[in-house]
Amino acid sequence: MKNPLDSLWGTVVLGAVLTVIFYFVVKALIGG
Amino acid sequence: MDYVPAISRWIHLLAGVMWIGLLYYFNFVQVAALKAAQADSTAAGITKHVAPRALFYFRWAAVVTWLAGAALLGANFGNAFLLSPSHAAIGMGAWLGTIMLLNVWGIIWPNQKKILGIVQATDEEKNKARRRAFLASRFNVMLSMPMLFLMAAGGHSAIFFGA
Repeated sequence: MKNPLDSLWGTVVLGAVLTVIFYFVVKALIGG
Repeated sequence: MDYVPAISRWIHLLAGVMWIGLLYYFNFVQVAALKAAQADSTAAGITKHVAPRALFYFRWAAVVTWLAGAALLGANFGNAFLLSPSHAAIGMGAWLGTIMLLNVWGIIWPNQKKILGIVQATDEEKNKARRRAFLASRFNVMLSMPMLFLMAAGGHSAIFFGA
């Protein structure tokens, strides 16, 4: 399987997915 | 005016724009430009004159950004890095920024020194260094997205998290 970081847009998509994950992690930490 | 938080916030933003701006320059512009320049034998212009200067401001802007961020957190430094509920967003952002800083100084810069000939390396070592630096740089682009989101959210919890 190709590493998504080899593609610029693969990197951006991973970053967006990670942002959503962190959003929910932080929301849970805040207790919101 | 509360001088320390005001000035450290300003410096944090200035240096952060330079750091992440150069990170995006490397990934969105220079990687593709180098490929094209290698095809018509003009890559030396970039590797000799542009990349070393860009890397200088890149790695030192990363340090200044982190230090100004630490000064800005002040007494809340521990709360942020321990991810206490009141500082979870900025704390997670600070962790991501810290990982990115370590990536710059621990992986990207040591490998770039080999690529640019600042330290001696064989062709095989240079090829390995190229791959490592490239992936570490892309990894930082990926981390920059949640990091910037959390930095923005840190001061505006009500808007971002409704809390």
